[in-house]
Amino acid sequence: MSITLQGFRRTSVKRSERTTIEETRTDKIFLLGVRIMLWIALILVAVPLIYIVANSFSSPSAVSAGRVLLWPIEPSLRAYKEAFSDPLIMKGYLNSFIYAIGGTLISVTLTIAIAYPLSRRTFFGRNVIMSVLIFTMLFSGGLIPTYLVVQDLGMLNTRWAMVIPSAIGVWQVIIARTFFRSTIPDELYEAATIDGASDLRFLWSIVLPLSKPVIAVIALMYAIFQWNSYFDALIYLKDPGLYPLQIVLRNVLILNTLTGSTTTTSLAQQLEQQQLANVLKYALIVISSLPVLIIYPFVARHFTKGVMVGAVKG
Amino acid sequence: MSATFEVKPAPAVPAPPAAATARKPPRTSRRTQARRSLRRHWQLYLLVVVPLAYFVIFKYVPIANAVIAFKNYSPIKGPWGSDWVGFRNFELFFQNPVFWTLVKNTFLLSVYTVLASFPIPIILAIALNEIRNGRFKKLVQLVTYAPYFISTVVVVSMTILVLSPRLGFVNDAIGLFGVPSVDFLGNPDYFRHIYVWSDVWQTTGYSAVIYLAALSGIDPALHESARIDGASRLQRIRHVDLPGIMPTAVIILVLGVGNIMSIGFEKAFLLQNPLNTAQSEIIATYVYKTGLLNADFSMATAIGLFNSVINLFLLLGVNFAAKRITGNGLWS
Repeated sequence: MSITLQGFRRTSVKRSERTTIEETRTDKIFLLGVRIMLWIALILVAVPLIYIVANSFSSPSAVSAGRVLLWPIEPSLRAYKEAFSDPLIMKGYLNSFIYAIGGTLISVTLTIAIAYPLSRRTFFGRNVIMSVLIFTMLFSGGLIPTYLVVQDLGMLNTRWAMVIPSAIGVWQVIIARTFFRSTIPDELYEAATIDGASDLRFLWSIVLPLSKPVIAVIALMYAIFQWNSYFDALIYLKDPGLYPLQIVLRNVLILNTLTGSTTTTSLAQQLEQQQLANVLKYALIVISSLPVLIIYPFVARHFTKGVMVGAVKG
Repeated sequence: MSATFEVKPAPAVPAPPAAATARKPPRTSRRTQARRSLRRHWQLYLLVVVPLAYFVIFKYVPIANAVIAFKNYSPIKGPWGSDWVGFRNFELFFQNPVFWTLVKNTFLLSVYTVLASFPIPIILAIALNEIRNGRFKKLVQLVTYAPYFISTVVVVSMTILVLSPRLGFVNDAIGLFGVPSVDFLGNPDYFRHIYVWSDVWQTTGYSAVIYLAALSGIDPALHESARIDGASRLQRIRHVDLPGIMPTAVIILVLGVGNIMSIGFEKAFLLQNPLNTAQSEIIATYVYKTGLLNADFSMATAIGLFNSVINLFLLLGVNFAAKRITGNGLWS
């Protein structure tokens, strides 16, 4: 890293006793520019989010007239009542919870089972195994060959298809391995061995309790990934009773297929149905994103830390 | 990868007296090493069995299954029993008029994505790094990071709602300037912009976090000495911050460029509608349609394989070039 500082004008440093150096005028203008830029970024990201939430709490007629911008108009909970009484949506919600929790348990267990041995320097063959894993990040058989495997295993149209084919992420293995390697000193293992602990005992009683932060991070990564994923469901599931929320959302939001059976007769009723369908979309977006967005501010910091741990080369 | 950590275990065989047996001992010692490791750490090997089986079954068997790209797959005969057709599937695909459209759409969409989503997070991270006000900084970070956690289905739905000709506020906004309502999703020319900028909206905050971490890793002494020498903030960004985050930026760019032909299926598929397929049909969506909707397994596999191979070479090539030019690569 070479820093060339020739040609910089020396600014007189006033009040040099103080630890902070006074900002120059150009720097002040620059900082103002930075602030304005950040405000613009904030508004650009926040406005669509607020717009969706405001619409979801408005009355169906106000939404259909396009009158809602950033604050609910004629506040109403109609859309939420409708969404929570729809059997398909509720079923999807339940399914998504099952996949997220079950999938995370399986994924975390398997990830630790391979990441821990890979972190041990005395584990012969770890470099070969690591290469085997990394290669799968670079090259894959593709959609159909994977589909054939899932089909041959008889997993098509079962809950297993949602949690097994994408059980282990190589990235998560690397994160966990790096964490184990950098926080569990070899001396600890040696001491435990002298006390008669086996490898499994050491992993269970010493490594795992010390690794709670990284376990939390990879568990959350898997859980959020499962909650948000829809591709596996799209290709492996046929039975609507097994659909996760994201597939239900796609049907309602993007394909515009209404879930409730429309046995409407009059034109007024049809119009109302149509208006309700509009506002229902906004409510569904809020409902489906809520679990993730509620936990996210609390985990964001750890999430970042975990990503950083994995990014450290080693 | 971990050359500095590698503490070579003491040789099992006492060091041979130099030249005479120089070739043999390392080999036996390596084998004994393996045997000893297996005996002492059999529990670790036990742990690895199931995850390794997962990788073999769900990652390597599909690679072997990809052989059906060269066959005329019949479900009854299975991937191995089906009849060979050589490169016929590939030839058919290359001759298909849709081939160039697919390659062009895929390529342009990814290049545009990389170009837009590479510099913006860097700018955001540097801006965030400049201000000291803790609360405002945290707020901006928290809000810009949030969309990353929203699912693709929801982001696409939001995009459709916001851009909708009748209800969306974007059309209301441009209506104020007297511009007539635009059906953004119904026009293929808008597809790429919608795809890329909704992507930027979703991922900028997340990507910025990576650069922020790199920025916080820069030695404060560099900033202090630059400051004492009278460098302005802009000069310090140019001469301290940018070189400091260079290695991170190179890795991210390499990954981005290397994955240019493997742009995600999900979003393009969700944003697609019969009106915009002229530009929204990419290789991934075409593979899905050919394979699962038309059940032409061999053709779909051939197209997928063609894509994977190109992508692998792209990634290796770009990584090689990056290493040559900047000294930073994926496996340095």
